[in-house]
Amino acid sequence: MKIAIERTALLRAVAQAQSVVERRNTIPILANVLVEAEGDTVSLRATDLDIEVVDRAPARVERAGATTVSALLLHDIVRKLPEGALVQLAADPATERLAIQAGRSQFALATLPREDFPVMASSEYACSFVAPAGALRRLFDKSKFAISTEETRYYLNGVYMHVATGDGGVKVLRCVATDGHRLARIDAPLPPGAAAMPGVIVPRKTVNELRKLLDDDAAEIAVSVSDTKVRFATPEITLTSKVIDGTFPDYARVIPTQNARRLEVDAAEFARAVDRVATVSSERARAVKLQMEDDRLVLSVNAPDTAAAQEELAVAYGADRLEIGFNAKYLLEIASQVDRENAVFLFNTPGDPTLMREGSDTSAVYVVMPMRV
Amino acid sequence: MPALCRDCLARSPAAPPRGRCPACGSPRVVAHPELFDLAIAHVDCDAFYASVEKRDAPELRDRPVIVGGSRRGVVSTACYLARIRGVRSAMPMFEALRRCPEAVVIRPRMAAYAEASARIRVMMEALTPLVEPLALDEAFLDLAGTTRLHGAPPAVLLVRLARQVEAEVGVTVSVGLAPNKFLAKIASDLDKPRGLAVIGRAEAAAFLAPRPVELVWGVGAAGQAALEAAGIRTFADLQAREPRELARAFGGLGPRLAALARGEDARRVTPHGPVKSISAETTFAEDTADTELLDGHLWRLAVRVSDRAKAKGLAGRTVTLKLKRADHRLLTRRTTLREASQIADRLHAAAAALAAERPDPGPFRLIGLGLGEIVPAAVADATADLLDPAAARRAAAERATDRIRARFGPDAILRGRALR
Repeated sequence: MKIAIERTALLRAVAQAQSVVERRNTIPILANVLVEAEGDTVSLRATDLDIEVVDRAPARVERAGATTVSALLLHDIVRKLPEGALVQLAADPATERLAIQAGRSQFALATLPREDFPVMASSEYACSFVAPAGALRRLFDKSKFAISTEETRYYLNGVYMHVATGDGGVKVLRCVATDGHRLARIDAPLPPGAAAMPGVIVPRKTVNELRKLLDDDAAEIAVSVSDTKVRFATPEITLTSKVIDGTFPDYARVIPTQNARRLEVDAAEFARAVDRVATVSSERARAVKLQMEDDRLVLSVNAPDTAAAQEELAVAYGADRLEIGFNAKYLLEIASQVDRENAVFLFNTPGDPTLMREGSDTSAVYVVMPMRV
Repeated sequence: MPALCRDCLARSPAAPPRGRCPACGSPRVVAHPELFDLAIAHVDCDAFYASVEKRDAPELRDRPVIVGGSRRGVVSTACYLARIRGVRSAMPMFEALRRCPEAVVIRPRMAAYAEASARIRVMMEALTPLVEPLALDEAFLDLAGTTRLHGAPPAVLLVRLARQVEAEVGVTVSVGLAPNKFLAKIASDLDKPRGLAVIGRAEAAAFLAPRPVELVWGVGAAGQAALEAAGIRTFADLQAREPRELARAFGGLGPRLAALARGEDARRVTPHGPVKSISAETTFAEDTADTELLDGHLWRLAVRVSDRAKAKGLAGRTVTLKLKRADHRLLTRRTTLREASQIADRLHAAAAALAAERPDPGPFRLIGLGLGEIVPAAVADATADLLDPAAARRAAAERATDRIRARFGPDAILRGRALR
């Protein structure tokens, strides 16, 4: 194999590949990236056995072929090369090394045979459709903060992507994540051809890798789903991942529908106030107390041994007086999801789950469990 | 040489003739040139667990008593009658019973020992804030500078403490009084039981010289072997070496060994910091791989850990499961809870989930449960679980049974699974 490629194109491809590679790794080949050159394209493939990413970039291929080298080393080298450099990669079967040359810099990296590189078995996808990157970005960005890290409930360690009936009886593409303390339920219009999609739990790491495919609003993402795998593809990048083998809990029954006490508040102002009063909380799980009465909201934190803080906000609140506590971090996280309108909180009692949404928009709904204060 | 009677507390400027107290005639007189100048003490309860058992069951007073696990377990404490027959701590129970077949074997009642220990601790802390507990039954005390406050030198305070513990808690203690922790710890062992021994600065080096270097704590089997290989068996061997030579041979340990050999030890008596973890474990009568049985043990361990956390007003964020295989290989698995907890039901659920992953098919000889990343209970168990609304009801039921158990005893009400 021998190719010449522009440094920026190579860096983008190798960056995506190396982020999939697990840092702590006992199988040497999994630390490597598979470099394959054919036609006028070089593709870089990396896997951790659960996720596989293939990233293609245009290159001048002088000799087709393939080899594997350390993803981390290749990334570090390319990153340090000057912008605009032309990079030559040449595999030498005799020395089993990959020569990298750019300007006056030369490197030789040990290789492992391409035959040893595990390629994820291809599978039959039950459903394939195309979704706009912007819609997918919103679905995952607004839900992923609620993904659980609790290993014993592994089926919560991802985002549940499925087809559901949204408010108004329309079918929607829905993402739900929860850790038992908070829950995010985000809807997007159902893309054509997606109605038969099986519900899948997309693992946290895949959600993070996927994010890099979704920056360009105009991009169209090809999505393929089976019971065991999910694939997201752009013309350059194909991300294939196993899904979490488990049953996502019936989240619908934990989303309150009868909460009558309504609070409307400027989300940004609210988030800043929460952040300010939470400064004095010594324990990371310290509660922020919300007291509401007659269009007034008082936020307070009381850390008995150290400090106390209080802040008052003008809000819209007409129900009877309420005192309720929340984990400051949870409040900040859901408040920061609101980007266009006011945050609307719907409370029941200080012991019941609280619902939050943006204005009257029900396409993004958050539930947060109160904390004893 | 000043002297002190341990029965009537009479002080005299010189050791009395024939070693008897001139005031009360008691032979329990301690005389030492530095008696009223030394301030570091090691207080060690005599056969503590066994003494508590004898206190609570006077009919056992004249019988050999062994406190320890079941047939498979080891001796945790043997009373002095059993020790005469050759029973020692950490000895396998079958061996102990071979040497002393008529011994009464009692399962440890940690709650009773902890209660007695806490009462003794309070008495120690009335003398000085510098109490460093090493275990339930032993502690260091630094009494320097307390003479004016209490109107008596440390030696007198310690004799009073020993008498108070004996009268009010019903167990005896032995006291070592010395210029530092190292010597105090050695001294408390010299005159057991019901003893008071003094090692002064002047005679420390000569006292240590013939004694084996095993007396240094923290020197395990490996360190022992290294010393042995260097030809060092006694403190005299250490004293004969240049400190620099010891530093070369034993690195950081070298200078410390040289100082200890001269009877010098600069470590302070430091009251313990906050609790870092709470754990409990059980060794089975027979190795088992039975899931049901293991889970029953796990529940009882969760209750024990939870009880201790609740008693101390603490909770923890991590739960560790410990399993020891029949071949003694140890497996541990840890998980982080969504939020800190002290509720037995939650600790058990987390540990059971770890056990369900079955890192090993077993059989196992021991199971343990630990709670880590300790925080105050005030910030624990504050948020209910959206996905498990029944958990909040179970937690409330547990709080209710706790109140019943507090009133009527720990076994007044039990979950069915505690009986598995």
